Amino acid sequence: MPQSAEKIIDHTQLFKEPEYQEMFARKRAEFECRPSEEKVQDVAEWMKGWEYREKNLAREALTINPAKACQPLGAVFCAAGFDGMLSFVHGSQGCAAYYRSHLSRHFKEPSTAVSSNMTEDAAVFGGLQNMIDGLQNSHTLYNPKSIAVSTTCMAEVIGDDLQAFITTAKQKGSVPQDFDVPYAHTPAFQGSHVDGYDNMLEGILKHYWIDATPTPDDTINIIPGFDGFCVGNIREMKRMLDLMEVPYRLISDASDVYDTPANGTFAMYAGGTTAEEAKAAINAKATVSLQEYCSKRSLSLCRDKGQETVALHYPLGVSATDEFLMKMSELSGKPIPAALELERGRLIDAMTDSSSYIHGKTFSVFGDPDFCMGIVTFLMELGAEPLHVLATNGSKVWAKKMKKLLEASPFGTRAQVWPGKDLWHMRSLLMTEPSDFLIGSSYGKYLERDCKIPLIRLSFPIFDRHHHHRFPVFGYQGAIRILVQILDKIFDELDGQSNVAGKTDISFELTR
Amino acid sequence: MTVVKTIDYKNDGEFHEQLIKEVLSAYPEKTAKKRAKHLAVTQDGASDCGVKSNIKSIPGVMSIRGCAYAGSKGVVWGPVKDMVHISHGPVGCGQYSWSQRRNFYVGETGVDSFVTMQFTSDFQEKDIVFGGDKKLKKMIDEIEDLFPLNKGISVMSECPVGLIGDDIESVAREKSAQINKPVVPVRCEGFRGVSQSLGHHIANDAVRDFIFDKGKEEPEFQSTPYDVVLIGDYNIGGDAWSSRRLLEEMGLRVIAQWTGDSTLAELERAPKAKLNLIHCYRSMNYISRHMEEKYGTPWYEFNLFGPSRIEMSLRAIAEFFDDQIKENAEKVIAKYKPMADAIIARYKPRLEGKKVMLYVGGLRPRHMVNAYEDLGMQIVGAGYEFAHKDDYVRTTDYVKEGTLIFDDVTQYEMETFIERIRPDLVGSGIKEKYATQKMGVPFRQLHSWDYSGPYHGYDGFAIFARDMDMAINSPSWGLFKAPWAKDAAPETMAAE
Repeated sequence: MPQSAEKIIDHTQLFKEPEYQEMFARKRAEFECRPSEEKVQDVAEWMKGWEYREKNLAREALTINPAKACQPLGAVFCAAGFDGMLSFVHGSQGCAAYYRSHLSRHFKEPSTAVSSNMTEDAAVFGGLQNMIDGLQNSHTLYNPKSIAVSTTCMAEVIGDDLQAFITTAKQKGSVPQDFDVPYAHTPAFQGSHVDGYDNMLEGILKHYWIDATPTPDDTINIIPGFDGFCVGNIREMKRMLDLMEVPYRLISDASDVYDTPANGTFAMYAGGTTAEEAKAAINAKATVSLQEYCSKRSLSLCRDKGQETVALHYPLGVSATDEFLMKMSELSGKPIPAALELERGRLIDAMTDSSSYIHGKTFSVFGDPDFCMGIVTFLMELGAEPLHVLATNGSKVWAKKMKKLLEASPFGTRAQVWPGKDLWHMRSLLMTEPSDFLIGSSYGKYLERDCKIPLIRLSFPIFDRHHHHRFPVFGYQGAIRILVQILDKIFDELDGQSNVAGKTDISFELTR
Repeated sequence: MTVVKTIDYKNDGEFHEQLIKEVLSAYPEKTAKKRAKHLAVTQDGASDCGVKSNIKSIPGVMSIRGCAYAGSKGVVWGPVKDMVHISHGPVGCGQYSWSQRRNFYVGETGVDSFVTMQFTSDFQEKDIVFGGDKKLKKMIDEIEDLFPLNKGISVMSECPVGLIGDDIESVAREKSAQINKPVVPVRCEGFRGVSQSLGHHIANDAVRDFIFDKGKEEPEFQSTPYDVVLIGDYNIGGDAWSSRRLLEEMGLRVIAQWTGDSTLAELERAPKAKLNLIHCYRSMNYISRHMEEKYGTPWYEFNLFGPSRIEMSLRAIAEFFDDQIKENAEKVIAKYKPMADAIIARYKPRLEGKKVMLYVGGLRPRHMVNAYEDLGMQIVGAGYEFAHKDDYVRTTDYVKEGTLIFDDVTQYEMETFIERIRPDLVGSGIKEKYATQKMGVPFRQLHSWDYSGPYHGYDGFAIFARDMDMAINSPSWGLFKAPWAKDAAPETMAAE
């Protein structure tokens, strides 16, 4: 018997026991009608080759293991960054359940969103009544300060008109006339979650800025964008800007709502950009987006209001942080304080200490378009060489920008850029042209297993490691953390390759 | 079903009635009226739990339910390991359900097995405008080309497919003839029905219409009098395996496993069984009834959670067979009894009297009750996301008088019930987990076993007991209140 009360083993051990292994073999042999082991191995080998890669890259219709989600997820994330704002997803109920689960699995935190629970009758008659009832119920029950409406593809396909619906619902008394109900159409069949973030943000700003005329002041708006590391990153950002004494305002700050304490009560709402701040944001002298591809429309709105806009690409590492700080200094007129220069020096010090382990190592990267640009910039500063850079939700324009970035460094010459490709493409790329390491999200673990390339988890979503998002990757301090995370992986690999006593342990060194 | 005697207790029905009034008072009148039908307190001798079920969720109240696609792809079809399951529509549905239901399987992923992969048509605007049928055809060709060892393809419709008038049935017919493999169109658009439940039904019907009597004959297959099919076990954390082992030890031959770790051949072969053993009644009673009607195969709803139910189930299953099997069942029970007793001896003193609230899909809120009671724990409240009336009837075999019942509970009700009852443990899903824990109440995910498992069978009971103990008796529950805090902190100490 494999199990006992004294030593209880779960699935990780239990199914390796002979009783189960024999059962699996029996099931396979007698009942499964599987192809022969030999056939499986032949096909598996064929799938590793160049011929398969060409076939795979020639796919026109099928997407396999994409590294992107749909628009409303981004909308729900964006709205979570506003104080007391409840996400209301207009359409099928399953969608809202999926967004909530997805975000909870990453943050290990509650994630709230209501749905208008549209079913077949709403598909025929439209979802107006669902909107009317839904707004009233959620307003009564969850006492939000505002409700942000986004759409699932069902509502988009049948053509529900949010503006008209919300107006009607208000007329029917679902919520008070002056209650804030910003909205955005977020069709899942266009773009990805980064566009959903942008559309929702634009919708929120438009709502608060309607009829307002800017009276410019000296504040700077910061748009963080869709960021799985928002908890650590936004706090780090605030720390740096406070040190600089820059008058700033975060537009969508989910750092608290996705990091509430365990203290005996559940807080559905926690922190975030207030309505007052959102309104006042029209007066900013400039808006800085940390992720251009999450904010194209929102930045355009800011420009229309006469603001200067700056679009960065998920600033990671030395030069990107330099650029961010210098830009903030330029916009605010505040000098970069010595304390930050000290931090910078410490980062450079750490890089020089460890550079020999990273220099020349190759990395493949996947994630959102801005993340890819950010991490590639830092990798090249470390002397590492990007090999495959892939963004399923990256456009051709993004690819062009990415190539330019790579061409500017001698460490970028070997890199290939893959816009619109998925992780099954990446599998073929890594099988045929492997890199030493892979950087991406938890989805990369299947590539790690199949291609035997160690995965470093730095992009959304991270389901299978806990709490990484609580620590920043932004700023000089965040760069040190990324450096350490990469180094740990490299050292673990080195030890792993040299840890069999008497066989491979010649290089099993105490000091590295 | 019958009642199994475990421990005696009664819940505070009066208090629970009061709680129902309290939560209803927070709703707008019209909504309160609707929700009132879904909340009740059990009465001894009643024929069901006194709630209405399988009714549309109310907009804006934050129901915990999912959709028909989740029931079809996520539950029934997704685990069939040697078929490719296309999430047909925009990228999201397939993405959020990718690898999230822990359907364990043995196989070479991407080569001869495809469970933990996300195949999507990633609809773009042009597919909505011009239809997705052409794309679907091309996708099927590409799947054939890139995954030659696939045994068939299912097409899981997402919302837009049914709204834009695509004819996936005709595409499926054409391509199936062309590739000489099943291509199964499944109309599980998320807006259909009121929950995951209709998705199960539609998925069952698709097995009936596109798999049964369609496959190649198996002339070499030799029937035995002991052939059974294990139905409605999705092998979460390996549940089907720890169940299968017991059935095999009894001398039964499990000729197919549905659908956890299953192959197409196992789906096709099922009608040859002498008995269908159904674990998740809610999601697979439809096909079991069909097999009963069409092939005369009887079915039996069994339950392998906890030793009391395991013993009862093994004996009841053996009743369908000869004396040899009955004798074997007794041997199996006798073999594992010392282990089960040892587990209870180890954990019962740590768990006795602890109160549990359950809110899961369509089965576990009843099936797990006796397993908790075997450990001395008491069920104070139970509810289902997508149960029907027959589930609430069956539930009466399990819960005690005065139990709070909540059908299609809302986030608000759930939070209030937990806050006021302060159970020692809540068992529910990922969306409920973190809010509950912040309230200082221990929690286990009972859809995914919180990444543990298996929980079925004797091997699983050991893990179940261990996990419930570690949830409730974690030292972190005692640290909620800062020692310098002056005010009496909310009642957070679930563990002594």
